[in-house]
Amino acid sequence: MRAFTAVYWKEVRENLRDRRTLINALLTGPLLGPVMFIMLMNVMVSRELDKADRPIDVPVIGAELAPNLIRALKGAGIDAAPAVSDPEAAVRDQRADVVLRIAPTYAEAWGKGQAVQVEVIYDSSRRDASTPVNRVRNVIEAYGKREGAMRLIARGLSPTTAWPVQVAERDQASSQSRAALMFSFLPYFFVLTVFLGGMYLAIDLTAGERERQSLEPLFVNPVARGTILAGKLAAICTFSLVSLLLSVAAFSTAPWFIPVDKLGIALDLGVHFGAQVLLLMSPLILLLAALQSWVSAMAKSYREAQTYLSVLMVIPILPSALLSVIPVRPESWMYAVPLLGQNLAIVQLIRGDGVNAEQMGLMLAGGFAAAIIAVIGAAWMYRSERLAISG
Amino acid sequence: MIEVRDLHKSFGEVRAVNGVSFTARDGEITGLLGPNGAGKTTTLRMLYTLMKPDNGQVLVDGREVWSDPVAARRRLGVLPDARGLYKRLTAAENIDYFGRLQGLSNKEIERRREALIDGLDMRDIATRRTEGFSQGQRVKTAIARALVHDPRNVLLDEPTNGLDVMATRAMRRFMRQLKDEGRCVLFSSHIMQEVAALCDRIVVIAHGRVVADETPAELLAQTGQANLEDAFVSLIGTDEGLAA
Repeated sequence: MRAFTAVYWKEVRENLRDRRTLINALLTGPLLGPVMFIMLMNVMVSRELDKADRPIDVPVIGAELAPNLIRALKGAGIDAAPAVSDPEAAVRDQRADVVLRIAPTYAEAWGKGQAVQVEVIYDSSRRDASTPVNRVRNVIEAYGKREGAMRLIARGLSPTTAWPVQVAERDQASSQSRAALMFSFLPYFFVLTVFLGGMYLAIDLTAGERERQSLEPLFVNPVARGTILAGKLAAICTFSLVSLLLSVAAFSTAPWFIPVDKLGIALDLGVHFGAQVLLLMSPLILLLAALQSWVSAMAKSYREAQTYLSVLMVIPILPSALLSVIPVRPESWMYAVPLLGQNLAIVQLIRGDGVNAEQMGLMLAGGFAAAIIAVIGAAWMYRSERLAISG
Repeated sequence: MIEVRDLHKSFGEVRAVNGVSFTARDGEITGLLGPNGAGKTTTLRMLYTLMKPDNGQVLVDGREVWSDPVAARRRLGVLPDARGLYKRLTAAENIDYFGRLQGLSNKEIERRREALIDGLDMRDIATRRTEGFSQGQRVKTAIARALVHDPRNVLLDEPTNGLDVMATRAMRRFMRQLKDEGRCVLFSSHIMQEVAALCDRIVVIAHGRVVADETPAELLAQTGQANLEDAFVSLIGTDEGLAA
């Protein structure tokens, strides 16, 4: 036990004196996520709000043929701009978000009471254009419906003859679950923080010691290698835990910087949320520390270990990326899968659904089981004869 | 006392150590002389249990080391081939860390640390961080931390490697002092002069085998040479990898 604490305190003290480790564990790691997140959210929110209310100009070809339609558009804040010569190219080259083309036969057909065509030219792969496109389409459809109803009434028929089915939307999303949609990548930030918080220590404590030729003298001491590894793992876990604490604290201030009320969403990242995140992330802290030490023990130098670990860093991204592409219905076994379980649970917490005891139990059991395997793997590497030999 | 009986160690096809036996006694300096690549470092690594021999036995103070490697390491003070220090810690902190790993009390650590700092004449560097230390200052710190637990047996792998003349003389003086304190001192070297000047007993290793294990006088008599340098060369068959 004395040897364990000796290793632990020496590693903590030595690394507190290292500026690079400190900056990574206590500054970049925990703060990069929240800062990036707040900036992204603000840009997104202000752009969406802008587009929803702001008057926009839309080039219209053949505007003079349909003065009533143009008036209806104007009433909804959509001004007809002068026609462009090649509308398809204009949309492709992003000179216009959307272009309207009114058929040359419009006036004639309208006068006869026939169906007329209005082309909406747009590019659905441009996400930033989707708001103006939807606005234009909605106005034209509403205009068409209104005119149709007028014609039916003029012929003495009820408008319901033409539209027997009415769609009435009842959105069940709570304002918190709407928030969850936007915050679905929050779990990844937490995992990344834990990863970065411990990474430099894990490299320094294994591959770094080996490269600096201090591992052989260390192993000459009358201490079992398992004890040395335990002390080092505890030091790595301490740094990544502090990193995570700082990150959770920084995220809890996010609602002050994001205009959440304008979006009609509620966001609760307070103490309760933070405490649960810490609990469910605890197995990952040990798991990542052990994995990083294991991988570092395979490397001969600091640089080599850094290369391996940047490959390892991709793994925590997978569940987040996968879940955002293929939304799955959470099943109980998923909570036992490290990273995946944490991902699901954190999104659940933001949605305000909470995490029940069974899910939490599965997460801790699965996570710690994986962590123990990783610790055994690292210990096995530590026992190897070659590890101590630097040359 | 360290007894080595018929040690073997191979790395793949290469037989690094191929049947090494010798005894290093208390109150004597035993030199392990051999050209570079003769198997000296591998032999020492098996003595301090960093490597497990394929065959053979190592006894420290009469006890087989592999039956309890941790206890065996407690009886040894080792300056390994790799002597990396923790550069963000001071020299004194480096020594204290090893004292704690040896399980010493804080009081003992302080007493031993101060004695070693005086004995190795390193008072001026004790409170400095070891980053930027000269080769000599690094070796002094590495020796101090290796001997913090006052071991009966001292193993030094090429202790004067990279040292200047003054530092080499100080190191030799220190090794004689260890001997006078009644310790068993075993060191390896590829420098003939050094072994001749220091040793009570010389073990000559070449190609992973012991080719001689004698006192300097016996060595001269056995080879029929007038001086030790010629004796070594005639034993090893070549002077390649040796230094005068």
